Amino acid sequence: MISKNIQLDEQGRLKHFLSIEGFKRQHLVNILDAAEPFANVHEQAVKKVPILRGKTIVNLFFEASTRTRTTFELASKRLSADVLNININTSATSKGESLLDMLHNLEAMHCDMFIVRHNQSGAAHLIAQHVSPHISVINAGDGCHSHPSQAMLDMFTIRRHKKEFADLTVVIVGDILHSRVARSQIHALNTLGVTEVRVVGPKTLIPTQIKTLGVHVYHDMQTALVGADVIIMLRLQKERMQGALLPSEDEYYHQYGLTEQKLSYAKPDAIVMHPGPINRGVEIASSIADGPQSVILEQVTNGIAIRMAVMSQTLGRSSGGNS
Amino acid sequence: MKNTSETKSSELNKPHTLERLLDNMHLAIKSKIQHFNKEDVVMIGIHTGGFWIAEKLYEKIGITAPLGSLNISFYRDDFTKIGLHPEVKPSQLPTGLDDKHIILVDDVLFTGRTVRAALNEIFDYGRPASVTLAVLLDRGGRELPIYADIIGQKVTLAKGRQIKLCGPEPLKLVQNKC
Repeated sequence: MISKNIQLDEQGRLKHFLSIEGFKRQHLVNILDAAEPFANVHEQAVKKVPILRGKTIVNLFFEASTRTRTTFELASKRLSADVLNININTSATSKGESLLDMLHNLEAMHCDMFIVRHNQSGAAHLIAQHVSPHISVINAGDGCHSHPSQAMLDMFTIRRHKKEFADLTVVIVGDILHSRVARSQIHALNTLGVTEVRVVGPKTLIPTQIKTLGVHVYHDMQTALVGADVIIMLRLQKERMQGALLPSEDEYYHQYGLTEQKLSYAKPDAIVMHPGPINRGVEIASSIADGPQSVILEQVTNGIAIRMAVMSQTLGRSSGGNS
Repeated sequence: MKNTSETKSSELNKPHTLERLLDNMHLAIKSKIQHFNKEDVVMIGIHTGGFWIAEKLYEKIGITAPLGSLNISFYRDDFTKIGLHPEVKPSQLPTGLDDKHIILVDDVLFTGRTVRAALNEIFDYGRPASVTLAVLLDRGGRELPIYADIIGQKVTLAKGRQIKLCGPEPLKLVQNKC
């Protein structure tokens, strides 16, 4: 659905960031490399760099978010951009204004970037097709489709711990069906060339065609975890579940919840990740979430650097970025 | 001591010129910091040429704070024209620049825009007691009110000519490209 052209400008530079599909390995490596120096900005007494001074960035969140919205906002502010947070519930869309009319109004206020989260797959892509040429759009999660900045912050976290992607076995556990994060992670991991991506979960929560993305499917947690370097736990997205997909949370935890015992099947230096928010005792034991192998809070910190990298690359282009 | 004699750029390619200029800078820095508390002196080289020069000087100066490296990419005034280089190396500064005497080192001083960016970045890390600018070459052509306290050599270059420090091993001054 998403052509690679729309995310890159005529010179092949990043214009929009909508999904991992369509990017080559070097594009992703460039984003990871660009994020490295931004990871140090918080060490400055003044936690800001001036590169997006005078740019206006709009957070358009049509769906609840804490981490993603706040880290996008922090990233914008650390780049010295001005940030508008549009509260959709109290905006004129609730008076019947269409999405595109609202966007054209924001364009008339000379904004430079829209960061979009929406419960409909393809929303950010639709917006990117309709905005003026100088505006960049970043997808902060659309329905069950894609969450590319989350995937990139996960890749950044993995690279910081494991250095190379080539020899890694990565296991993604849980509600793959509703997870845009998992889809983006699978694309990113395969583009960066890991040895193997495994997904594991109950049959009701694994899409039937998932193998076409280049993953191995497991339904037994123990078998899936043997030899794992990276374990990514996913939240059960109850708000998106229609119908009886699970017998009970207790049963799910028993089968797929990450406990000390299940973790012991993975490599001893395996890292445990989770995009948040975590449900303790549903998909992960507290002792693991807070334990030495957990990098869950590092993921949050790294999210700021990755988002700074994506925003400065999209707005730092000479054509369009220049006002 | 400040060496203000002007040299033709062709002289710069000769062997031992670089050592002589570094000696000039070393002596001038020593004299500059003699009244400072050595623990308060911090040397910072601007990435990459300035850092190479700073490495050579740092060996001789005998100060305790680790050598800092400053990458001004995020502070450039032409960011929206040239965009972000994907391989920006992070700045590495000793934490806490408050009340320190900073020796800021660069290879070639020209328009002054790099130094302007470097000063802005330094002040985002703290409030130093003083900043002394030390450069290997001053080729004139300033576009901002910035000057160097310590100069290895002043040079006159014909319009459109470039001079560049190549390195890190061996360090070499060349006309135009490395």
